[in-house]
Amino acid sequence: MMSVSWTTKTDEFVQVLNEEGKVVNADWLPKLSAEQLRELMHRMVFTRIWDQRAIKLTRQGRLGFYAPVSGQEGTMIGSEFATTKEDFLLPSYRDIPQAVWHGLPMDQAFLYSRGHQHGGQIPSDVNVLMPQIIIGAQIVQTAGVAMGFKLKNQKNVAFTYIGDGGTSQGDFYEGLNFAGAYQLPAVFIVQNNQFAITVPVALQTAAKRLADKAVAAGMPGIQVDGMDVLAVYAATKQTVDHAREGAGPGLIEAITFRYGPHTMAGDDPTRYRTKELEEEWQKKDPLVRFRLYLEQQGLWTPSDEEAVIEEAKTAVNEALAKADAVAPMTVESLIDSMFDQLPSDLLAQKAEFVKKEGN
Amino acid sequence: MAQMTMIQAITDALDVELARDERVLLFGEDVGQSGGVFRATDGLQKKYGVNRVFDTPLAESGIGGLATGLGVQGFRPIAEIQFIGFLFEVMDEVVSQAARMRFRSGGRYTSPIVFRTPFGGGVKTPELHADSLEGLLMQSPGIKVVIPSNPYDAKGLLISAIRDNDPVFFMEHMKLYRSFRQEVPEGEYTIPLGVANVVRPGKDITVIAYGAMVQTAMKAADVWSKTKGIEAEVIDLRTVSPIDIETITASIKKTHRAVVVQEAQRKAGIAAEVIAQINEHALYYLEGPVVRITAPDTVYPFAMAEEIWLPSQERVQAGFERVLAL
Ligand SMILES: Cc1ncc(C[n+]2csc(CCOP(=O)(O)OP(=O)(O)O)c2C)c(N)n1
Repeated sequence: MMSVSWTTKTDEFVQVLNEEGKVVNADWLPKLSAEQLRELMHRMVFTRIWDQRAIKLTRQGRLGFYAPVSGQEGTMIGSEFATTKEDFLLPSYRDIPQAVWHGLPMDQAFLYSRGHQHGGQIPSDVNVLMPQIIIGAQIVQTAGVAMGFKLKNQKNVAFTYIGDGGTSQGDFYEGLNFAGAYQLPAVFIVQNNQFAITVPVALQTAAKRLADKAVAAGMPGIQVDGMDVLAVYAATKQTVDHAREGAGPGLIEAITFRYGPHTMAGDDPTRYRTKELEEEWQKKDPLVRFRLYLEQQGLWTPSDEEAVIEEAKTAVNEALAKADAVAPMTVESLIDSMFDQLPSDLLAQKAEFVKKEGN
Repeated sequence: MAQMTMIQAITDALDVELARDERVLLFGEDVGQSGGVFRATDGLQKKYGVNRVFDTPLAESGIGGLATGLGVQGFRPIAEIQFIGFLFEVMDEVVSQAARMRFRSGGRYTSPIVFRTPFGGGVKTPELHADSLEGLLMQSPGIKVVIPSNPYDAKGLLISAIRDNDPVFFMEHMKLYRSFRQEVPEGEYTIPLGVANVVRPGKDITVIAYGAMVQTAMKAADVWSKTKGIEAEVIDLRTVSPIDIETITASIKKTHRAVVVQEAQRKAGIAAEVIAQINEHALYYLEGPVVRITAPDTVYPFAMAEEIWLPSQERVQAGFERVLAL
């Protein structure tokens, strides 16, 4: 691959692997080593187990805010894998896996979930911003981070994620337009998981494809099978490489599905989607087809799978223990984090809380 | 009469007004087919159809613009902003557009819009969901701001808001949605906007609160009544813009001491405005300065520290102590 023509084709849907794990489009088959292929599988299995554990932990009250990711692993893992550690990630609330695979320690992701401010103190060598709650804000900010790379003559890209619903926001268009107008090294990944909480994508827009929204910003938009980790990787890699070389921004629309509820805060998917629809998407599962592909090549065995499952469970337990060991957040530390130098009124308010919190 | 939670009372009010007035429309993110993330609009699309109760694309500025345009067309839109933290996305439409329509057109066009939004802390929501932004709205000319503290008031106030000919921001405290039930009459009744309610009579201290802080103030008042024989008079503002200074003044004439309680951060908020108006209208009836109990001037904390950040009934009691010592 990588010689594929660089224009927006308004009817193209990039798929490399079909549901049986067979290569259907060799033009887009990325050149990845056996080790890299195994790593993609490793990350997807790990992420699925971690997601299942996180859902349980949330139900038990041991985690707080959590947006499930199962179903979207192909999109999340495949796209992040096409970037380097020096590239800058602006995640939304659901993009915790990408943040962790990009370097955010898992225990900090758990602290963020619990609403502890230390969760957002990203280590200085990790190029990730805190998960964005205000839908669309990450898109406009991506233009800024990308311009920073350009001004500093750094050959890195800023990459960000948004959902299908998020493409309706004004900020989405503003960010894309800035990136196009300044020809910035920015990559926008739209995870079209079919629903924005309860609202189906058909109610968001009359556009046939979200990828086409790139056209108005003067950048290429590719639509890929988001359940196919190789297609997502290939499309993202091509877009990232172009952006890195100074050829301007690009957008990828990944067609995917979230199996779980929107978040763990009481959303009930049976109110807005059918069992049939869920089953239809489960047949496209990103892990199933990639596992078949790897098995056919002798690159993956049941014992590999078992090992990753155990590794993920252990990693979650260890991260949880680490998060548990962090002292609870205080209002005092919250006040301290408001300014470089606390103004007099806040100093007085802090004194009140120091008394109350007894430290 | 039925026992209802505040969320049920809100649904009931919407139902009553949708039935009564064809010009009433209801829309926002997730409000149509699924009935809203809090079920506030549950069943209403089925009952009134997709032309009157509908889902919007995910865009708050779009929702605000739709409401403003429909207002120009003579409709009475009720627009839901899913959580208060997204207010900034729609702020231009609320403040610079809808609220100025009457003035700019010399009354030719108006904005009889209700913006409904959940807000308020103590329910462990993620960032930017729980903030108390009523101070910001109060500072914006041309909008009324209503904050009910119980199911009965919620229904009567919401019906009044929908019938009002100008924009009303109707803020619903999430902690109150399902925390208790109350007798709520069937059918229509209204509670006038801009009129406070004395929810607990007393002779020693006037306590002014709104939203979830009414409960907090009531608890503190009950403790002091039992343990110290001090009787606080608790006033529920119900409408925070405009403020009912007459009810407040009448109370201060009796008690000569006042404590204002708000969940929001301290600076330039409802409490500050209440105190300024007391200064203008009731200063000479006071024995000492008015005490203000608020959250500190920080961002709303993540879930972990919110319980200690939010004003507690102990802090309200400390306020009583201070106001009596002054
Ligand atoms: C500006 C803004 N408006 C509304 C919300 C509330 N909200 C949170 S997630 C969501 C739906 C998002 O759907 P989509 O963009 O498709 O992404 P997904 O959650 O499916 O990943 C909404 C409406 C928000 N967080 N920010």
